[in-house]
Amino acid sequence: MLQQALALITRDIVLARKQGGGLGTAFGFILSVMVLIPLATGPDQILLSKLAPGMMWLALLLSVLLTADRMFQQDFEDGSLDIMAMGKLPFEIVTLAKTIAHWITVSLPLAIITPPLGLLMSLDISQLPILIVSMITGSLALSLLAAIGGAVTAGLRRGGLLVSLLVLPLYVPVLIFGVAASTASLGPSSSTPALIVLCAITLMSLIISPWACAAALKAYLR
Amino acid sequence: MQQFANPARFLKIANAALPYIWSITAILFAIGLYGALVTTPPDYQQGETVRIMYVHVPAAWLGLFIYCLMGFFSAVAFIYRHPLADAAAKTAAPLGAVFCFLALVTGSFWGKPMWGTWWAWGDARLTSMFILLLFYLGYMAVWSSIDEPTRAAAIARIVALVGVVNVFVVKFSVNWWNTLHQPASVIKMGGPSIDKSMLWALLTMAVAYTMLFLALHLVSMRSEIAARKLRQARLIEIGNR
Repeated sequence: MLQQALALITRDIVLARKQGGGLGTAFGFILSVMVLIPLATGPDQILLSKLAPGMMWLALLLSVLLTADRMFQQDFEDGSLDIMAMGKLPFEIVTLAKTIAHWITVSLPLAIITPPLGLLMSLDISQLPILIVSMITGSLALSLLAAIGGAVTAGLRRGGLLVSLLVLPLYVPVLIFGVAASTASLGPSSSTPALIVLCAITLMSLIISPWACAAALKAYLR
Repeated sequence: MQQFANPARFLKIANAALPYIWSITAILFAIGLYGALVTTPPDYQQGETVRIMYVHVPAAWLGLFIYCLMGFFSAVAFIYRHPLADAAAKTAAPLGAVFCFLALVTGSFWGKPMWGTWWAWGDARLTSMFILLLFYLGYMAVWSSIDEPTRAAAIARIVALVGVVNVFVVKFSVNWWNTLHQPASVIKMGGPSIDKSMLWALLTMAVAYTMLFLALHLVSMRSEIAARKLRQARLIEIGNR
């Protein structure tokens, strides 16, 4: 079972690498958000450095969200999902494997690349390590929750807006605790509690997401 | 549970019960509103504005209660695959969204004289109610964007179940976020305890709101069943052509 799941993950990673587009476009999106924020708020350094962690998180979760609606759509359209559903591997494991592949190809690289861009927004450099740690911790939850949106809209022609409406409220806890962990180092409090809660949210999403994705996709495959 | 799941029997019981439910609703609203607007004393701090509480708090309760109910119906539909449970969840959503919206609007009317602002992000209850409204809108959007009813039902069940689990996580995290920021401008609503002279009117209003929801829910379930029959009849007609 593990071997099959690993084969599925490798397949998705190879496909993502050969096709390209996903990660590069998402990175370009984050860059353009980074340019727009100072233009919207004004170039005040103190204000920007205060806003920086929250804005970096917002840019990260919006860019992950933008990749969500294509997560299952392609495999659904060309029939690969039908074959995977008929195979021996439990369908929950299939959706989990595809989600992990999404995490490795999109969310994790973005979580590593995004924090240094905070320097453009005069982010306090001492905050950089904790921002990277919290973003890596939260990135798996972002992929798992995005997968729910992707699965629910897999058979729809225009699912983009619906994905945002469904997934953004689910992102609230990740955003709150992610930003809390990133900013805690400025004050007297420690960022460990927020990081632990972030891990708990990730684990909870790990339980809910594969089940929800499998059930939603089966409704389309029937 | 199972014996009420037959649509024909459900319609029979609903039709028989609706006149009584409407009359109980009217009587409770008459008593509750009289109590809320006339007999209960004004608050010693808030004055007459405290009367907004009698329309605001029951709406907020129902907003959350209906969402849980929707999750329950969706779980029943998920386990037993019964279309009536899907219809119950589908028709509960717009009603819940309206109660949620009412709670937000009356809350901001209450906030203006009390906090001096229409909206305070510092209040965790306002913020989490707003997010609850988004969950309702997402659920309703699923029904409206998928054409085929059985497929829409299957997807909507999952969205509702995922939402019910997450709505409490969201509420918890918003509360935590709120204590983190500790806003200075916000006075605690309602105070530590509520006096008996006010409590009876509030509870009457809460029961009145619940009965109103029950009546409206039965009516909209009835029309949902009628709409399905109509759709089926049309399909058969087209097939016979």
